[in-house]
Amino acid sequence: MNWSEFFNMGGYAFYVWSSYALALVIILANIVSPLMQRKKVIKRIKRTLKREQLEREQL
Amino acid sequence: MWNWIQRFSSPKHFYSMSVPLIKWLSISALLIGLYGLYLGLFVAPTDYQQGESYRIIFIHVPAAWMSLFVYMVMAISSGIGIIWQIRLADMVAAASAPIGASFAFLALVTGSLWGKPMWGAYWVWDARLTSELILLFLYLGYMALQSAIDDQRSADKASGLLAIVGVVNIPIIHYSVEWWNTLHQGATVTKFDTPSMHIDMLIPLLLMALAFKLFYATIVLMRTRNEALYRDRNRRWVRELVEKL
Repeated sequence: MNWSEFFNMGGYAFYVWSSYALALVIILANIVSPLMQRKKVIKRIKRTLKREQLEREQL
Repeated sequence: MWNWIQRFSSPKHFYSMSVPLIKWLSISALLIGLYGLYLGLFVAPTDYQQGESYRIIFIHVPAAWMSLFVYMVMAISSGIGIIWQIRLADMVAAASAPIGASFAFLALVTGSLWGKPMWGAYWVWDARLTSELILLFLYLGYMALQSAIDDQRSADKASGLLAIVGVVNIPIIHYSVEWWNTLHQGATVTKFDTPSMHIDMLIPLLLMALAFKLFYATIVLMRTRNEALYRDRNRRWVRELVEKL
């Protein structure tokens, strides 16, 4: 079996490779999403901590 | 016993304990997934009826199985959260919803891409397809309820009840191919007699299913850690932890 035959998937290339491509996209999105979420949560908590510190200093 | 559960289900304990778990789960998901892909794309023989198009199975079936499995995890942890008020269980449920929704979506779209060359249509309103679509809507409904209610405890209760009621859909999905005359093919693996599938196709399928499960475990732990940080944002352990970051 050569590579062009492999990518051709017996004429079903579009259906097979679209499926695998979508799976890859969904897996990557599932990895990236919690990493971004974590950054956002930490940023938000840090902001609150800083604000509270400023309020304490003003008193 | 109860004290033990309380201590080990504390978000703080979970947060530190989950680090090595995530590492090993993600590594094994990657290795098993790559090996499964290799076997599925290069070693598994061509199907005598469907040609090469059947190779969609190695994505489609694991995604569909996981969409059911994740739903059960979500419903059971919602139940544990509601009955025993274990906060970590509510966090696991909330963390599972978007992952399960993505698996349900993947199962529907890959099924559609497989249906077109085999049945001649991207979509038919057949019992299996329709009940899987309802599963996706249940996930989306859970997520909408979670974000619509500000009070966290009420949000967990409302969305948790939706998840539990929606469990009725799970056997409907599973048995739909037996109860109704569907275009969708019947079970090939989860039959009581020997699976009607060539062993060289079955092994990569089971490996991919295992890889998907390990992947879910990795991601749900990552998301639950975020939930723990966010929900405990006013507690001392989170404040001390974030100050050091």
